[in-house]
Amino acid sequence: MSIIATDITADKLVAEATRLKAEGWRLVTMSSVEIDAATMEILYHFDRELILTNLRLRLPKGGTVPSISGVLFTAFLVENEVRDQFGVTFEGLVLDYQGRLLNDCTQTSSSPFCRLLVNQSGMTVAKEVK
Amino acid sequence: MARTVIPFGPQHPVLPEPIHLSLVVEDEKVVEALPTLGYVHRGLEMLATKRDYNQMIQIVERVCGICSMIHSLCYCQGIEEMMGIEAPRRARMLRVVWSELHRMHSHLLWLGLFADSFGFESLFMQLWKIRERIMDLNEATTGNRVIVSVNVVGGVRADLDEGQIRWIKDTLVEVEASIRSLQSTIMNDRTVCKRTKGIGILSKQAAYDLGAAGPMLRGSGVAQDMRQLKYAGFDEIAFEPVVETAGDSWARGAVRFRETLQSIDLVRQALDKLDSGELATKVKGKPEGEVITRVEQPRGECLYYLKGNGDKFLERVRIRTPTFANIPPLAAILPGLDFADVPVVVLSIDPCISCTER
Amino acid sequence: MKMLPTVLANLFSKPATRNYPFDVREPFATTRGELVNDIDRCIFCGSCSRKCPSQCITVGKEGNNGTWSLEFFACIGCGICVSACPVSSLSQKSTHRPVATARAVITLTGKLPEKPAKKTEKPTAPAQ
Repeated sequence: MSIIATDITADKLVAEATRLKAEGWRLVTMSSVEIDAATMEILYHFDRELILTNLRLRLPKGGTVPSISGVLFTAFLVENEVRDQFGVTFEGLVLDYQGRLLNDCTQTSSSPFCRLLVNQSGMTVAKEVK
Repeated sequence: MARTVIPFGPQHPVLPEPIHLSLVVEDEKVVEALPTLGYVHRGLEMLATKRDYNQMIQIVERVCGICSMIHSLCYCQGIEEMMGIEAPRRARMLRVVWSELHRMHSHLLWLGLFADSFGFESLFMQLWKIRERIMDLNEATTGNRVIVSVNVVGGVRADLDEGQIRWIKDTLVEVEASIRSLQSTIMNDRTVCKRTKGIGILSKQAAYDLGAAGPMLRGSGVAQDMRQLKYAGFDEIAFEPVVETAGDSWARGAVRFRETLQSIDLVRQALDKLDSGELATKVKGKPEGEVITRVEQPRGECLYYLKGNGDKFLERVRIRTPTFANIPPLAAILPGLDFADVPVVVLSIDPCISCTER
Repeated sequence: MKMLPTVLANLFSKPATRNYPFDVREPFATTRGELVNDIDRCIFCGSCSRKCPSQCITVGKEGNNGTWSLEFFACIGCGICVSACPVSSLSQKSTHRPVATARAVITLTGKLPEKPAKKTEKPTAPAQ
């Protein structure tokens, strides 16, 4: 079985999140899952009065996604976690832990949750801290 | 006006689990709070690739010790939905009984810690004395005090006979009497009120926008409780969410106290509705597809996203626990507080950091 | 002051705690404690080893004997192996294993069950 999710692209993401917030939906969380060697997807779960609506965003591994933490503050924590686990970069994160949310020693560009490891050399990486 | 950065945690007497908050303080008033996690990260979601979907039940239970049965309930529910299995009615009612017993012992634990956080140690001891009766119920009916491990895909694996049901009902009568005898202390005592009323206020709109969950949301006036989704045996049990409107630490404490008393009533209703049926449905096949399930843990709404591809190993187990959702609101209510009020407010969100970091 | 009735009641009654270790409570019958294997009944099928969530049981063969080893520090006492065992040779006591100072593995050896004779072959040993 499958869940009901609207497909969305990265450029429409912030607009859609703003629209959902204005209509009274709250962000529950984001889930990220790897699809195959080169793609992964991020699902955004919104809730209003016990009904869930989901957005599905497909992106290449190690890619960049605009952050919705400017619109929905609660997203900052889960976006940092997705960054730590899957190596996705979020542009415009309100509070950026630079990949050190869960573990102080990781490099800023690793993706331990991806079974098929991403090739590090071709990725755009955030500036190193320290 | 001198600004200092004071580290709160990871080791602190009020914190049951380690979290670090960097508090920027200007002359005793907190100006900013920055949370840092990562002290108990165990990578449990990653274990889904190494343990098959049945063994994951034991892993998922150990995400949190206090809400462990409800984690495994959410997981089993998700797998059952993915595979099109329905648990028998007796199993669903038994799941309600053990979930509500878990809610009671979790709230009693928190009430004790809350009292301890402002120095009221004797109230802390009295509350944990009551809690011991529920731990005994857990151990006698399921085999273990804390991680009860009763859920399997398709139902439960422990049963209650007539003698145990009578014993549970008798114990609940005593537990209710003990809790009610402490009610005026917890809700109306002068020290308790002075440390909690009007402190750490979260308005209704802010609680909803910042994504607060559980008693933090209901303490600010939003009547939302995932048990209204009528999962497990809740479709046959009369239930209304407990709501308070003040939005301060006292309101959150009052929500949890009233929920404890409500849980006693829910357990009694579930025990009366037990029919004679099977304990578990037989499971055939392997999980395939994706599913999202939500349950109400003692700390709030918990969401599970499960994805399977026909193999015995699940592709993804994604857990969103309530304390994970409550940390952004915490970072938003800390500015403006007196430095001495910070421990009580941090504890009032019921931080379960082992859930947060899995 | 609201707690005064409780305080006075506690002052004049027995302590709520037991005087452990002089006074030990009887364990409940259903408590999941130490795992034991009745090795003479074990058929070394390996079901317990496959189902164990912490992968602490290893089942193997040595010649005519089967071995069953348990890493008891890794065992979480869940009882899945007990429900999975087809011949009920595994069971859990209601008391917990006493503390130990070093990690160890318990290994038990027993005779492998005789294989049932196939229909096309001449029977070599009496069937079990």
